[in-house]
Amino acid sequence: MASLNLLIGVCLSYVAILFLVAFAAERAAMRGRGHWLRSPLVYTLSLSIYCTAWTFYGAVGYAARSGLEYLTIYIGPSLVMVGWLWAVRKIVRIGRTQRITSVADLISSRYGKSNLLAVCVTVLAVIGTTPYIALQLQSVVESFSSFALADPDVTPKGDSASTALWVAAGLAFFTVLFGTRNLDANERHHGVVMAIAVEAVVKLVALMAVGIFVVWGIGGGLSETMARIDASRLGHWQMANGRWAGLIFLAGAALFCLPRMFQVLVVENDDESHLRTAAWAFPAYLMLMSLFVVPIAVTGLELLPEGSNPDLFVLTVPLAAGQEGLAMLSFLGGFSSATSMVIVASIALSTMVSNHIVMPIWLKATGGGAAISGDVRHVVLLARRLSIVGVLLLGYLYYRVSGGGEALAAIGLISFSGVAQFLPALLGGIFWRGATRMGAFAGLMIGSVLWVWCLFLPSFGPDVIIPGEVMLHGPFGFGWLRPYALFGIAGLDPLVHGVLWSMLFNAGAFALVSVFTFPSPMERLQGAQFVNVFAHSEAPQGWQGGAAQSEDLMIMAQRILGAADAQALFQDAARRQGLPGYLPEPTAEFLQRLERELSGSVGAATAHAMVGQIVGGASVSVEELMAVADETAQIMEYSSQLEAKSEELARTARQLRAANDKLTQISVQKDAFLSQISHELRTPMTSIRAFSEILRDEGGLSAAERGKYASIILEEAVRLTRLLDDLLDLSVLENGQVNLNFREAVLSDVLDHSVRAALQERGIEIRRDPQAEALVVETDVDRLSQVFINLIANAQKYCDAAQPVLTIAVSRHRGAIHVDFSDNGSGVETGMQGLIFEKFSRIGHHQAGGAGLGLAICREVMARLGGSIAYLPGQGGAAFRVTLPGERALAAQ
Amino acid sequence: MGKTVLVIEDEPNIIEAIGFILSRDGWRVATHSNGVDAVEAVRARAPDLVILDVMLPGRSGYDILRDLRAGEGTSDLPVLLLTARGQTKDREMAESYGASRFMTKPFSNAEVLEAVRDLAGG
Amino acid sequence: MARPPRVLFLERRTYRRRRLADLARLMPVIGLVLLLVPLLWQEGAGGMPTSRAILWIFGVWVVLVAATAWLASRRLESELDAQGTPRPLPEADRGARR
Repeated sequence: MASLNLLIGVCLSYVAILFLVAFAAERAAMRGRGHWLRSPLVYTLSLSIYCTAWTFYGAVGYAARSGLEYLTIYIGPSLVMVGWLWAVRKIVRIGRTQRITSVADLISSRYGKSNLLAVCVTVLAVIGTTPYIALQLQSVVESFSSFALADPDVTPKGDSASTALWVAAGLAFFTVLFGTRNLDANERHHGVVMAIAVEAVVKLVALMAVGIFVVWGIGGGLSETMARIDASRLGHWQMANGRWAGLIFLAGAALFCLPRMFQVLVVENDDESHLRTAAWAFPAYLMLMSLFVVPIAVTGLELLPEGSNPDLFVLTVPLAAGQEGLAMLSFLGGFSSATSMVIVASIALSTMVSNHIVMPIWLKATGGGAAISGDVRHVVLLARRLSIVGVLLLGYLYYRVSGGGEALAAIGLISFSGVAQFLPALLGGIFWRGATRMGAFAGLMIGSVLWVWCLFLPSFGPDVIIPGEVMLHGPFGFGWLRPYALFGIAGLDPLVHGVLWSMLFNAGAFALVSVFTFPSPMERLQGAQFVNVFAHSEAPQGWQGGAAQSEDLMIMAQRILGAADAQALFQDAARRQGLPGYLPEPTAEFLQRLERELSGSVGAATAHAMVGQIVGGASVSVEELMAVADETAQIMEYSSQLEAKSEELARTARQLRAANDKLTQISVQKDAFLSQISHELRTPMTSIRAFSEILRDEGGLSAAERGKYASIILEEAVRLTRLLDDLLDLSVLENGQVNLNFREAVLSDVLDHSVRAALQERGIEIRRDPQAEALVVETDVDRLSQVFINLIANAQKYCDAAQPVLTIAVSRHRGAIHVDFSDNGSGVETGMQGLIFEKFSRIGHHQAGGAGLGLAICREVMARLGGSIAYLPGQGGAAFRVTLPGERALAAQ
Repeated sequence: MGKTVLVIEDEPNIIEAIGFILSRDGWRVATHSNGVDAVEAVRARAPDLVILDVMLPGRSGYDILRDLRAGEGTSDLPVLLLTARGQTKDREMAESYGASRFMTKPFSNAEVLEAVRDLAGG
Repeated sequence: MARPPRVLFLERRTYRRRRLADLARLMPVIGLVLLLVPLLWQEGAGGMPTSRAILWIFGVWVVLVAATAWLASRRLESELDAQGTPRPLPEADRGARR
């Protein structure tokens, strides 16, 4: 007998392999090597999450109970995929061009990026999916316990609640790990997709293996098996016609309405051309999955004792035949089906919940203004992780509360019919320009209310939520409101009845309200974009960014993408526009790119709203307006191009003007500089020339006079030399040709040296704190001394206190070192503080000596050393702060 | 002779040099080294000639010249303008403000003497 | 901008491709009709045997898959995009707009 421990071992190894596969795929994708990750085959296989445990185990049970009806579940999506040229391709194209992150996002985006619709869809999706997740947990638990029953060594036959909890916890871990790894714009999860592709192969192989064993191992061949089928109680065609058609419709709708299917079909789609393969390969996969269902069911009915659960025939038939290995494989197949569904469903739901419910609330709660600081990125990730855990927890709780009985088995179709309520808004949205937000909202509301009343609530069984009395006679005695017989039309199959009425009212309300309401401009734009996606999918909705403020956009982008990524994005965009620095022109192209980056993190509606908040009302581009009026598309497109061109011309003119202004400014500065230099050179020259002439021409000078005049000449000559030295030094520094000699030094030594070199006989009292100065810095010591000497000399020169005191204070601040020089004089006037670092600016009346270049040189030196120098206002006297970089900043030099 | 020259200039060495040259030639030399109250100084001393530097602390030489030209009694006082910025633009400005003579630093002593004699004599 | 000259008769190959594109779009309808045929079958004992029902349904399925695969390999989407939608802008203009 297969021991339960062995099973658990196999199961855990399988999970470990899945982790490895997902991990390897993520790595390969990150290094950009994973071309095989994006093959059409992987895409097709990932679609197979359509086949959950409900279909893996349940199909056989379904066949055992109702014959061939189970086929509808597979036929519906097959037909939709065969007709891929109609809807699927369009939805995928829209999803790609509009950066859609979920089915809720698609509907909200189509109807003017309305978040209210997104919330409705999200809530309905959560309601519809939770029981489905519970169903998967149940299937895993039941398959475990059927092994436990077969194992004589295990006396307590397994605690189903704790098994379910462990499975849910494990799935939450896997999903959080691989589902919320990246927040990138395209929201693709290569690891997850690869893992579910592997699981798709496992479940197909498992089901086929059991089928082949049943047909050729037990049944004795194809024709014998056929004969046995005809001989069994399933031998003849039995079908409620309404159900056959209705279920094909429901299952087809589920293909793009189920959040998890939308996720793999649209969001994870890497390349539209993959659809060409998936269009036939996915129906083929579904066909193979359903091929052996009837033989297995018939064999199970024959072999196993009366009353065995037909839902577990896939497992129990091999077990009964003593094929433990096969049973093990089959178990893994079921396990795969359950886990892959739960993983993708929780990713899809968490994206919806975090983008459409958590983020808007959070943004509102934190003030909504996009300019406030904070890191949205972490909030998004956290919201998504919490949503995943929350969704799984809900599934687990539902499993516990519902008791995991037969009632749960019926929930699959209820779930389908719940999400099918999205269908009118979805299809209407992509095929009919006239569909409006109010229409979508009305249809969705009335459809989901009817679904909840007729299908969802009754599914808990009589008297659980709806009292049996109401089921029989209607609420408050209104017979026409009976959940299974609305408007007194009884006798229909409850499912067909519910689907019929809810879809009828949904579609009807959608169409009528749409006809009689008027869409907002945004809706009309989006409607045109969606319906005519193939005509102008080149340019998704754009911004006209003339009024936008790049800096605000930058602040917002940093909050969402993280500072480094946002800066890289902006810098890159600026470079592409040929601009230096971090602030690109807010062109439509750049804004689109930014919005695309953002929407991967927070969803289209939120991203659009955030950009819109900053860009303002000018959100509708001429191009879009033209697209709306595409009845005259040819002419309009042409004029829109003219418009775009004139916009571009205006932008170029603006840039030219800016460049011209800058050149003028530079030229003015150069003039001023030249004239300053001229003045500084000519002034000493004047004295030198005058006294030289006096010494040469004038006779009768006393020796004292001659000596005095000669020393004046010398003094002015020295001044001239110093000025030339300074000028040369400054020009070398400014051109960046300076050679720096970085070495480690103790700050107090540098200060000691500087004080010694700078102090003159006039003197100033210097106060220092040796302890604070005991810091090792890596810098060019000579250059740093130059700065210090200059500052100390300035203090001596300009401090006008009776008892001049200079305080040198050293402190550390966030890895940088601050050296403050403050004196007790009268300081620098506020108006002058900005000017003192400019060349040739002097404070007040100057003594002969300073050319006004000292602080300018200090500023250049500090910039070269990777630090800065600034005037520190409000310190009583004049105060200068020298900032030295910490180790890290130096390394970057 | 014995005429008075007022030298308005902020560089002490230049004051010294001009003072030496002119006093050797027999002029009485008064000095002033601030732009702010230069106009008052001219009024108070009533010199026969003013040597005015353009770049003065507190007030530009051009402004002082304009005030002198507008003022009573000083409108046709001979003014020798000195500048260390030897650009054509500066010369044009000096003329437009009504300088009697414009001279660029560095100058030769003989030039200054000649200019002062010219202006005072005329 | 001058209206593009109307072409009345397409080249034979293009014509064929367009009709194939029509067929591709018709596939789900054909499939649906064939798969709704079971609604006509007689039910219960003496009715359609399950083995024959399976053969019919799976047979249709296989044909659908094979036909779709064949049609998909012809890359007919381009025909659909070209029909009934405004002509895409000339490359040069589009470049200038960016």
